[in-house]
Amino acid sequence: MSPPEITRRPTIVRRGLTIALGLALAGGARAGVNPGDPFPSLPAAGLDGGAPPATAGRVVLVDFWASWCAPCRAAFSAYARLEADYAPRGLVIVAVSVDESPAAYAAFVDRFRPPFAVRRDPEQHLARRVDIPALPTCYLLGRDGRVRFVHQGFHGDQTERELRREIDRLLADPVLAP
Amino acid sequence: MNTPSFPRRSVFLLVALTAAALSGCTNAGLVRVQPWERGTLADYTMRPDRDPVATAMADHIYTSRESSTGGRGVGGSGCGCN
Repeated sequence: MSPPEITRRPTIVRRGLTIALGLALAGGARAGVNPGDPFPSLPAAGLDGGAPPATAGRVVLVDFWASWCAPCRAAFSAYARLEADYAPRGLVIVAVSVDESPAAYAAFVDRFRPPFAVRRDPEQHLARRVDIPALPTCYLLGRDGRVRFVHQGFHGDQTERELRREIDRLLADPVLAP
Repeated sequence: MNTPSFPRRSVFLLVALTAAALSGCTNAGLVRVQPWERGTLADYTMRPDRDPVATAMADHIYTSRESSTGGRGVGGSGCGCN
């Protein structure tokens, strides 16, 4: 007697569930820039506000923000303190706005007058390419231009403490220091 | 013993529907509003409590419908259990 059709069911179901799991995992993964990846070139990103500062061989903090994002505003005061403490030692901060409205961007910059470089990503090409997971998100790049740390959101003193520890570590990198 | 047969096509259909449902729970088939696209959603006019008069009216209607003193925003709702 030939085996009944039902004996094939486990194999078919297993195969199907494997495909389903693969689809689910593939759907949940973010392609984008992750730690270890080179960060896209800022001068080539077509940012508004002039050429970004020179970053070759420097430790760079790239922050993505928007004028309508309250935590981004809170992060700016922390970045101002980082700029004061670390810019003389080689840190470059570039805050990239994803604001669609140039007026909202200009009003924010006029009001807060950040002491570090701010630029606008008018078509959000850079944000798409990096595939930022949230606002704000900041990327700490080593002197080789590769992403070393990613901070999603801003959690006040905790984030600032972590950033300081990581910046200290990157600035003291004996291999990559110029 | 007579084992009930399970049509192969039905199994495939079941598995395909499971796959569609699982992938639908993540990205496939859904449009995810990206972080940089949330400017309009973050606008003040999108807040449900942007108008104090409308909020007070909605609270009044809610209170009347629920027959509860205090409605939202007051501890206890007249039941005496709080």
